[in-house]
Amino acid sequence: MGFEDLLSILGSGLRLSVPLICACLAGLWSERSGVVDIGLEGKILVGAFAAAAVATFTGSAWLGLGAAIVATIGVSLIHGYASIDQRANQIVSGTAINMVADGITALIGNAIWSQGGRTPQLPDTALFNAIKLPFVDALAPVPVLGPVYKHLISGHDLITYFGFACVPLTYWALYRTRFGLRLRAVGENPAAVDTAGISVRGLRYRAVIICGALVGLSGAYLSIAQAAYFQPHMSAGKGFIALAALVFAKWRPWPALATCLLFGVLDALATRLQGVPLPLVGPVPVQAIEALPYLLTVILLAGFIGKATPPRASGIPYVKER
Amino acid sequence: MTTPAKAAAPAIELIGIDKSFGPVHANADVNLEVERGVIHGIVGENGAGKSTLMSILYGFYEADAGEIRVNGEPVRIRSSREAIHHGIGMVHQHFMLVEPLSVLENVMLGAEGGPLLAGGAATIRKRLAELGKEYGLEVDPDAIVGELSVGLQQRVEILKALVRGAEILVLDEPTAVLTPAEADQLFEMLRVLKSQNKTILFITHKLREIMSLTDRVSVMRRGEMVATFETAETSPPELADAMVGRKVILKIDKGPAHPGKVALEARNLVVRDDRGVTRVHDVSFVLREGEILGVAGVAGNGQSELLEALAGIRPLAGGEILVDGRALQASERNAHAVRRLGVGHVPEDRQRVGLIMPFEACESAMLGFHDQSTFGRGVLFDRRAIVADAARIMEAFDVRPRAPLLRTANFSGGNQQKIVLAREIDHDPRIMLVGQPTRGVDIGAIEFIHKRIVAQRDAGKAILLVSVELDEIFALSDRIVVLCGGRITGERRPEETNPQDLGLLMAGVDERAA
Amino acid sequence: MSAPLKPLPVWADVALIPLINVAAAFVISGLVVLAIGENPLEAVRLLLVGALGDLEGIGFTLYYATSFIFTGLAVAICFHAGLFNIGVEGQAYVAGLGAALACLYLGFLPGYSLVIVAIAAAALFGAAFAAIPGYLQAKRDAHIVITTIMFNYVASALMGYLLVDVLRVPGQMNAETAGFSKYGVVPQFHELLKPLGIIWPETPFNLSFLLALACAFGVWLLIWRTRLGYAIRAVGANPTAAVYGGISPARITIVTTLLSGALAGGMAANVILGEEHRLILEYTAGFGFVGIAVALMGRAHPVGILLAAILFGMLYQGGAELAFDKPKISRDMIVVIQGLVVLFAGALEHVFRRPVATLLARRTSHPPI
Repeated sequence: MGFEDLLSILGSGLRLSVPLICACLAGLWSERSGVVDIGLEGKILVGAFAAAAVATFTGSAWLGLGAAIVATIGVSLIHGYASIDQRANQIVSGTAINMVADGITALIGNAIWSQGGRTPQLPDTALFNAIKLPFVDALAPVPVLGPVYKHLISGHDLITYFGFACVPLTYWALYRTRFGLRLRAVGENPAAVDTAGISVRGLRYRAVIICGALVGLSGAYLSIAQAAYFQPHMSAGKGFIALAALVFAKWRPWPALATCLLFGVLDALATRLQGVPLPLVGPVPVQAIEALPYLLTVILLAGFIGKATPPRASGIPYVKER
Repeated sequence: MTTPAKAAAPAIELIGIDKSFGPVHANADVNLEVERGVIHGIVGENGAGKSTLMSILYGFYEADAGEIRVNGEPVRIRSSREAIHHGIGMVHQHFMLVEPLSVLENVMLGAEGGPLLAGGAATIRKRLAELGKEYGLEVDPDAIVGELSVGLQQRVEILKALVRGAEILVLDEPTAVLTPAEADQLFEMLRVLKSQNKTILFITHKLREIMSLTDRVSVMRRGEMVATFETAETSPPELADAMVGRKVILKIDKGPAHPGKVALEARNLVVRDDRGVTRVHDVSFVLREGEILGVAGVAGNGQSELLEALAGIRPLAGGEILVDGRALQASERNAHAVRRLGVGHVPEDRQRVGLIMPFEACESAMLGFHDQSTFGRGVLFDRRAIVADAARIMEAFDVRPRAPLLRTANFSGGNQQKIVLAREIDHDPRIMLVGQPTRGVDIGAIEFIHKRIVAQRDAGKAILLVSVELDEIFALSDRIVVLCGGRITGERRPEETNPQDLGLLMAGVDERAA
Repeated sequence: MSAPLKPLPVWADVALIPLINVAAAFVISGLVVLAIGENPLEAVRLLLVGALGDLEGIGFTLYYATSFIFTGLAVAICFHAGLFNIGVEGQAYVAGLGAALACLYLGFLPGYSLVIVAIAAAALFGAAFAAIPGYLQAKRDAHIVITTIMFNYVASALMGYLLVDVLRVPGQMNAETAGFSKYGVVPQFHELLKPLGIIWPETPFNLSFLLALACAFGVWLLIWRTRLGYAIRAVGANPTAAVYGGISPARITIVTTLLSGALAGGMAANVILGEEHRLILEYTAGFGFVGIAVALMGRAHPVGILLAAILFGMLYQGGAELAFDKPKISRDMIVVIQGLVVLFAGALEHVFRRPVATLLARRTSHPPI
């Protein structure tokens, strides 16, 4: 496999990891505050649909992005209300959101455009297109760095760059701000936060809103950056892979980035390695590589490769002890 | 009260504090005056109302009536934030710490000093160093709280309060989880704090601590503040007297015991709680057939863990349990095997452990015995037999209403307890482990339950009775041991002792201590 | 557990609130239909006619309902033990493998014993696949919700590989196995009735329905009339008391997930052995998730599950007909309803308690007994 091939795979992997990273960070914010979010998959679909639909009507990718974020924040607030105020079973709530989102996006899409739920092809003007960073061509001849700059670093769309930027942003916010400290605390011991005179409810709602915004990014990427339309079920399990990545990364931002990149590269490899015989094992079935992220997560959860302890108050509704 | 002219107002004044939770009158017209710069102790038994009073001071509850004054000014404290604002800091019995975070982060929580942590962190780091030197409360600010010893964790709790500018520190049973060495360190710290004119409210039931640490002590009993003493002018017996009062000991018709052979023996038992803290230290005793051995003590001194270990629902960290002279193997130390050996268990917490609230009464009446053939010979339950059996034992124990199909949750506390008792007694155990049998039970049912327990004794059963109610201990026991801090501090016959004497033992005056 | 709930009279607790929850789901679904420009009442009419209007519709309705009974029971039995099994989809899928392997390779078995063995094999494979997350939860404290979600995808990948690369008939385009012999087939009702002179339209409605009914009865017996069921309910209601009663929550977790997977295998009997007669890709088609809605709506009780399963059967069959007449209301509408049922019967099940309690308190002139 040549250097060009490697770059190609890494580039694909990077592009495939973008929706994962955004969704994973979204889940991170929610779960770190103590609200379990199984509904990432459904919210990605909602975001993707909203983005494509609004972009189709207005011709503006930015309005599409805005619509996606508003829509997913709305859905997040429903989950938040159920989890925080109604003290519902958060997993049931997340499951419900996945189902409703899956159905309603296809339904409305079909009702409006009658193409089986698909939205019309969007013109380039209504998409987030690849951005050529400065000096790409000038640096191209430089060995190693030139092609890396050209194929891996340049040529992505705004959502990608912003999504990646969210990782250090999340790290900074979580570990260097007052809000982040309080959020980390409320996910571990809400009673301690309460006795310090801070509103547990307020913190959790804010976390859920941030989660909504980030997952909206993920959905929008799928329909108005990566593809040029919305298609029913187009999230194809990415919400669950993001969940797996979150667990695998033990709920920390930089490991989450690394894990999502890993899973993205595995995805890219899967198609590449189809039928290609590897030393010792022979041809690896594409499905084995597809299943790898899930299997790894299970192995981690079972404690075979270290422990994955979620935030202690995760999933437990906070009731003041009176 | 004070010398004329510039007399400083008391740090805390509680005037006429009254608080009820439904029928429970937790605080009845309580008055308390705490001078500035003193260590003021508050003693009382369980249910005396100490915790409620402190919770009102700290803003968890609002009193139904009464007034709070801080430094002479009347205040309203409706939340912990307001309490902090008035300079009142509380060190809870169950720490309010976030274990995965560092000491610095825990102290900063709620007092960050700005949206970014960097600035506040530097300030607080400096403050922690200052406080550390000043009061001997040194802690590594970057240590992860979850990895600290319990004593150090408590230190962090105190630092939290001090950093927020607490002038008044309230400590609720602080030595419950400390080793004796750690307790001594704590006392040193508190003395230094006092020397800096901080006011300290120290809640405990251990008289030794009161005597060695406090300047004044107030005694609560059954929701009332009964007395306040200058510590130097009082003594443990006087305090114990005030704590338990001159109560009429409940007498029931009880013939003398005829103890037979040893049915259960505990040798050097060591038991740890869920957090890994040792709660039972080297406890040994024998229990004979036909006698009731009462285990007295204030709640939280290891009785629960002892009972659970004997019943097989908590592992033993050390020592041996012998039934009929034979030590139990590790494989036998589970509820199922223990029950098979003829040990009945009436747990302390019937709702959480002894019954299943959503189940029908007849199903709760089967718990632990559901695999017996009386309830069905084949694969299926014999529903009729189950209901009939439940009806039978409900009749025998006068459980009301006589409704085997009614959900367990819908029975009153007393009747729920009777179901548990009926179930355990009905299967004719040779040994019975009974915990708080009349907690939350009305008077009529109490008498009934006590009579049944004595009847079991007369039938030759060996009964271990754990109770925080001295009345009950005196009424039922043939022999009494007192548990304090996980150790047996004394053994008595009921006719040779009185509540005050036991009170001393319960408060840690250990006659066996080296 | 959650905060103390407002006390309501028993009849309100058991019947009224669940009814209101389901009604809320349907009302909102109706609003969605309205929003896309169709008449909800007309939609309901078409749906009912499509599901129950003729024998063919009824046949399909009951065929779908059969699958939902199995998946609903599978989810419900885990609910009783306090476990949320989201993995029924994957477990049913793998169960199909068991059925297919039996039919393809155990053809030497005499006559109709083959299909019996195939059903048993389906149950076995489903049980084994479910027991892995069960074991991991019981012994290694791995959260069963996440592991079962992961295993759904593992099942998809595994079965995809097997169907495309291993079991596919050489030369054939479709990723499916060879067809089963006539002994590896669960007979459909219309075939059985023909020799008796009763002519029913051809529908996939097959004898698995009777198996489903038997399983529903069996589950009821197990949960409420056996020692194992008692232990399961105890662990689900109060694990501490269960330990006190000598019950091992770990053991119960494993046993319950085994039973759950076996029940999921019933869907293989209905679809693979009863209709398709070969193992096809993704045959479960989301029915494992419908099982969650069915179990929640039926409050984990076999009678409730039967009713809920039939309701969802009606939705699926009627929904197909509805989508035919009103293309705007595609079959995705059913998934929306399903999700709303899960939301209101599962997550928001207490949201109507306070208004109902206030309403009832106002209407009664004397205090409740």
